Amino acid sequence: MTIKQLSIFIENKPGRLAKVCRMLSGAGVNTTTLSLADTREFGIVRLMAREWERALETLKADGIAVTASDVAAVEVPDRPGGMAHVLDVLDAAGANIEYNYAFSLMPQGKAVLVFRFTDTEKAVAALEAAGVKTLGPRELFG
Amino acid sequence: MLHQYYPSLPHDVNCPYHPVSAVDFMPRERLRALQLHRLQATVAYEYERVPLFRKRCEERGVRPEHIKTLEDIKLLPFMKKTDLRDEYPLGLRAAPNSEIARYHCSSGTTGKPICIANTMDDILVWQNGVMRCLAMYGIRAEDTLQVSYGYGLFTGGLGAHYGGEGLGCTVLPTSAGNTDRQLMLMRDLDVTAIACTPSYFLRLMDEAQKKGIDFRRDTKLRHGVFGAEPWTKAMRDKIEQVAGIVAHDIYGLTEISGPGVAGDCSFRTGLHIWEDHFYPEIIDPETLEPLPDGETGELVFTTIDRRGMPMIRYRTRDLTRLHAEPCPCGRTMRVMDRISARSDDMLIVHGVNLFPSQVETGLLSVPEVLPHYQIVLTPTETMDLLEIKVEVTPESFSDNVAHLENLRKRVFAAVKSIIGLSPKITLVEPNTLPRSEGKIKRVVDNRPKA
Ligand SMILES: [Zn+2]
Repeated sequence: MTIKQLSIFIENKPGRLAKVCRMLSGAGVNTTTLSLADTREFGIVRLMAREWERALETLKADGIAVTASDVAAVEVPDRPGGMAHVLDVLDAAGANIEYNYAFSLMPQGKAVLVFRFTDTEKAVAALEAAGVKTLGPRELFG
Repeated sequence: MLHQYYPSLPHDVNCPYHPVSAVDFMPRERLRALQLHRLQATVAYEYERVPLFRKRCEERGVRPEHIKTLEDIKLLPFMKKTDLRDEYPLGLRAAPNSEIARYHCSSGTTGKPICIANTMDDILVWQNGVMRCLAMYGIRAEDTLQVSYGYGLFTGGLGAHYGGEGLGCTVLPTSAGNTDRQLMLMRDLDVTAIACTPSYFLRLMDEAQKKGIDFRRDTKLRHGVFGAEPWTKAMRDKIEQVAGIVAHDIYGLTEISGPGVAGDCSFRTGLHIWEDHFYPEIIDPETLEPLPDGETGELVFTTIDRRGMPMIRYRTRDLTRLHAEPCPCGRTMRVMDRISARSDDMLIVHGVNLFPSQVETGLLSVPEVLPHYQIVLTPTETMDLLEIKVEVTPESFSDNVAHLENLRKRVFAAVKSIIGLSPKITLVEPNTLPRSEGKIKRVVDNRPKA
């Protein structure tokens, strides 16, 4: 399973992130998760939402630099060594991780790890073959 | 090898018998005789009617009858933009109000605007210049021309408008602005040619891309008539690649008439100047001495058949050179290099000459970058900071910090290799650099004025 993630370019200046959030809530988009990767000068906001298509349209229409990409969301196994197993599987499959980040999924507070791979299809296939469950929209957005 | 650039050329595009283009092919000796005749008449006319001109001639001991050959033009005094400001509004007007048909004005960046008074004949000469450009581009009566230059005091809109009408085109006078409507009408009315500033066309390209409109697939657009601001060859290549049109260059300035003073032919050797109306010279901007064909200097024009407000040896501040060799298209009107820099635009940074066009050429050598940029100069304790702000575009934006950093480094290297200075490259959000009439202000100089 893969999930659509939106990435948005913002300048690292006060108010920029807030502006994007206001636009999304104005369009009735509920973001399930939002993370920010930044450098001193610019940042990339990454978010997931059930209404990702509407979010994409809204932002594009406003001239925001935004792209949609497929990422894999993995629930962090609730047992010792669980995470190491996931990484081993990826390693063995030669999957290249461009970046990853974690968030906790409410209301149960489950930890979810998001991966962006260079070759998403190959990596997800490897995870599934090894019995690691990747989350789909239903699990993430309820 | 020289080759023609147009995709499908009308058979008569370089034909000396085309009714509009015929005069472009006038034999050189006859052209020179005509130029001399018109120059002598204009100098006598101006001497009699414009006190400033007569006073300056008297100071130099020159009288109209001293102009016996075209080369004698060098005896005459220059005119500059400051003269038009100092004599604002109508100190240089040569014809009575009953003969003036229309004013055009251009706002200066500083102080008073300049005001140009045109007789009906002046307007017809101007229209003829635009018609000859459009005909040379291969635009015909069958074409629909969308004029997206601003209409009004600015010469772009009305100049392109009457040129298009004169040639028999169907004209769509959209003026600038309201890009949504521009794109809608362009498609609904099967527009085949557009006249606007190159930066406004980039704006339309952006907007079209956002809406999923592909110029090749969704429009009938084949010609762009671009002018009113300097633009680089790299920008032309980008427009032609992305929009699938032929990007023609049209040159002109309000002081001389408007767009249609010169344009490029299908061989793209430069821009043919309609020198039967606008007599060109190249001078050394320091010594003010005329330079021979082939040498680069400041372009100077004399309007040899204007009557409302003739301009004699008007210094354009544009840097270019005239070609000595004839163009393969057969036109006898001399060719000048396309103008990608105005001497007014030159910046001096860390003691080095810098033109915005150089920055643009560097930026455009990075494939995913569009020339949406601004040069910002800021004084610091030690050295002036040269910063180049570049808008991230949907194509250049990748969801990976490392890729963006890499983009920034490539932009840096590309620009540095051309300007020889190390700029700070800042990536900014799309559409955030301030624009006016579709143009981004290219230079923000925060340094104290010397
Ligand atoms: Zn030619």
